[in-house]
Amino acid sequence: MEHIIIIGNGIAGVTAARHIRKLSDKRITIISAETDYFFSRTALMYVYMGHMKFEHIKPYEDSFWDKNRIDLVRGYVTRVDPEKKTLTVGSSKEFSFDKLIIATGSKPNKFGWPGEDLEGVQGLYSKQDLDLLESNAPNNQICKRAVIVGGGLIGIELAEMLRTRNIPVTFLVREKSFWDGVLPDGESQMINEHIREHHIDLRLGTNLVEILSDDHGRAKAVVTDKGDTIACNLVGLTPGVTPNVEFLKDSGIELGRGVLVNRYLETSRPDIYAIGDCAEQRRAIDRRRPIEAVWYTGRMMGETLAQTICNNRIPYNPGHWFNSAKFFDIEYQTYGWVFSNRNKSEDELHFHWRHTQEKVCVTLAYQRDNRQFLGINTFGIRMRHEVFDRWLNEKRSVEHVMEYLADANFDPEFYKTYEKQILDHFNKQMGTQLKPAKRSLKRVFQLS
Amino acid sequence: MSSPDKSMALTGQPPKALSLPQRLATLIGFLGLAILFLAAFGINFPNKGLWMSLSTILLFAGIIWYTALSYGQKTKGIKNDGVWFKSISSMGFWGWIAGIAITSFYIILYFFPEFLGLVRDGKNTGVIALFDPLSRALSGNPASQWFVYGTLYTVAILAFGIKFIWKYRHNRYEIIRTISVMFFQTAFAFIIPEIMARLNGSIPYYDLKNIWPLNYYNFERYRINGFISSGDIGLALLIFGVLSVFVISPILTYRYGKRWYCSWVCGCGGLAETAGDAFRQLSDKTVRAWKIERWVVHSVVVFVTLMTTAVIYSYLGNDTSKYWLTKSSFLTGVTVLLTLVFGWAMLFKRKQLQKDAQYGAIGYFVVILVLIALHQFSGEGNIFLFKSETLRKSYGFLIGSIFSGVIGTGFYPIFGNRVWCRFGCPMAAILGFQQKLFSRFRITTNGGQCISCGNCSTYCEMGIDVRAYAQKGENIVRSSCVGCGICSAVCPRGVLKLENGPLKGRIEANQVLLGNDVDLMDLVNRN
Repeated sequence: MEHIIIIGNGIAGVTAARHIRKLSDKRITIISAETDYFFSRTALMYVYMGHMKFEHIKPYEDSFWDKNRIDLVRGYVTRVDPEKKTLTVGSSKEFSFDKLIIATGSKPNKFGWPGEDLEGVQGLYSKQDLDLLESNAPNNQICKRAVIVGGGLIGIELAEMLRTRNIPVTFLVREKSFWDGVLPDGESQMINEHIREHHIDLRLGTNLVEILSDDHGRAKAVVTDKGDTIACNLVGLTPGVTPNVEFLKDSGIELGRGVLVNRYLETSRPDIYAIGDCAEQRRAIDRRRPIEAVWYTGRMMGETLAQTICNNRIPYNPGHWFNSAKFFDIEYQTYGWVFSNRNKSEDELHFHWRHTQEKVCVTLAYQRDNRQFLGINTFGIRMRHEVFDRWLNEKRSVEHVMEYLADANFDPEFYKTYEKQILDHFNKQMGTQLKPAKRSLKRVFQLS
Repeated sequence: MSSPDKSMALTGQPPKALSLPQRLATLIGFLGLAILFLAAFGINFPNKGLWMSLSTILLFAGIIWYTALSYGQKTKGIKNDGVWFKSISSMGFWGWIAGIAITSFYIILYFFPEFLGLVRDGKNTGVIALFDPLSRALSGNPASQWFVYGTLYTVAILAFGIKFIWKYRHNRYEIIRTISVMFFQTAFAFIIPEIMARLNGSIPYYDLKNIWPLNYYNFERYRINGFISSGDIGLALLIFGVLSVFVISPILTYRYGKRWYCSWVCGCGGLAETAGDAFRQLSDKTVRAWKIERWVVHSVVVFVTLMTTAVIYSYLGNDTSKYWLTKSSFLTGVTVLLTLVFGWAMLFKRKQLQKDAQYGAIGYFVVILVLIALHQFSGEGNIFLFKSETLRKSYGFLIGSIFSGVIGTGFYPIFGNRVWCRFGCPMAAILGFQQKLFSRFRITTNGGQCISCGNCSTYCEMGIDVRAYAQKGENIVRSSCVGCGICSAVCPRGVLKLENGPLKGRIEANQVLLGNDVDLMDLVNRN
């Protein structure tokens, strides 16, 4: 029987395993150094916050793996030999495979800051990081202040986590506004305000210079490029992640920043594949980055590769871009492409609406010449994935999207709706006379 | 393979300790309870109406002040911080203490009301006497243990309802739904029946929203006699009782799912959603629990159907000239109705029934037929195999008292707040059967946005593993879902929406949109 080994039990590897099992009878082994069982990485924060216990963030019961004949091995892969098709776990345990899937995810970035390896300095990515945080910052007596460095999604999540234990937080963000390499200015500005609403000392345009140590090798303060020294007991380093592929350095598998793959997720060596955060496309697909460290893309690559492994070779062909996040109390969803003011092209125009009191806003991107709808960012209003996916397929105009926006609303029943206000603002700005279409179940559910 | 997760050994103390004002608020609430306790232990308060009002006011004040301290300072949004660190809400020491205390209260209430001061032929004493003035003001009669219970029940729903609304103040679905249960409890369960009793003494106490089979005694002889002897109003109530089972509830369940009842109207649901909200995360989500649930709750449905049939059968006559409904025509009617329902389900909906649900349905159907056939060979007074009175008494004891009261509410802090609704309520099971097969209601999964975090499953009070569906992009159509909307509320990615829509495409998994190109999704669906 063909033996498939998967390194990494994150969403990419596990999705591949599940789909291979659905399609075939092959022998499947998943090797992980992190945990015995698959868990939802994006939910680690809720364990620290006390919303859930660790067992709750495991999407499958422990008996699931036996029942589906997926062998789980706990250990660190130290060496891969593509020639002999073997790999070593730990110092000696050898496994041989017919096909190998590398799905080892990411590790937190470190940029060589003085003091970055002190005690009390950590990132937030793995289960081990969570355990470490629990001992570094169990409460506000032991951790009197935390400084977070790096203004992205993990940074703001770490800030939210620490605030639930009433730990004072200073948040150093290199950019002039939070996540403004991704978010358009209006949205980024709103999130700045919301961060401060949660009593966080947000310092924009500020860089870390060094982390100072106490006599025991623990971090005691950080120094910023503004000349400030901030006393603290925890330094959270969250300036992004990088593929976790160091163990492959001498394997002969071609590496870039990650494991280089083609559209079929094949590496430079036969029968070895890479998916998820650690895979790097040789040529970026569409407007995507070559490395996509996103939950959803990991899952999609896993689905695709399972087909290839099971004798139906197909390319990784992701549909329209989508993503989501939550900034404290504000939910964020995006469908299609909306680039930040810094990164957007000349041809991409934006329409932005923000509620006068509530933390609710939307940005629609559209093409300058033909007014084709390109994408939407939505904050505080849930939108229906399927409807936007359809509009993007149909290459609708921004005017069409504005008129029928009610069809895309996915907020719970009885919620206040904002479509009229949004459209009024649009009409005023564009000098149009569009009328809002009433929400129609027929259109939403595509009944003919 | 089996190294335990050591992370749960918390080295530090997250902010789970109560602040001084929170302690004071708790103390005020407990002072309200203390008055009731002192009365129960024989302190004879001079001005009963005043002391009862004081007790109620203290209860309200304690709960609401505590709520203000918990949520008043926080921004609006989901704030389940520390739920699993606090011993009361994570099956810790205080959880068990609370469970034992509430369970004891129910045992006394159901089986030893004299300890509460109930005197059957004379003046009440103890805590029941404390409620006499309010009872006289409403119905003109002295209080009973049930009046005391009803009052406290209503106070709990109102006070904790305010807490719930405060906690979910960003969510209009939750606000409106909670106002609805608060209204139905206060008006329909508490005030209207008392006033009806004052206006017309022979009408049986009737909580209009309490529908058979939850209200398993509604068609017993003494009640039917009571309805019939109360003239047009009584007859109207009886007809309403029958219509609500066979017409009103099926129509509403078709349109809105069983939530119209279970989390908008029902009193049991009302208490679970308000006072029980702090315990929703304790429900068991394992597949094993789901299996037990299906067997137990459907057995209760069979039990209550047999029992009610037997009870009605026992007081009907044999002579068509005296009354149009006779023993044999009634039994024939029941058989025909059950056959139609199961026949329809098996013929048109068998694809949507789980395998074992099919076995279950067929099995139960056969059992009922066999029992009815047996009746042909059993003598007068015996119904099926048992005496109808025995059947009724054991149902009342096992299901009505032990299951719905002692276990159902007493075990909130141990098994979660919907133990009764999930494992025991025959009404929920019947509505659920319809919800699964013939209703516009579903929880829609928003394409591929699920991150498998597990908040939805953790906070589902009915123990549904919501995530199992959401992460596959499937809609959730489960018979047990009461439509409380909390899965949608706690979802950090806006993935879940409770809605009513067309039957077509409600369940089909091939609606999935996980983000890959369409061809691949076709392949994934095919297998």
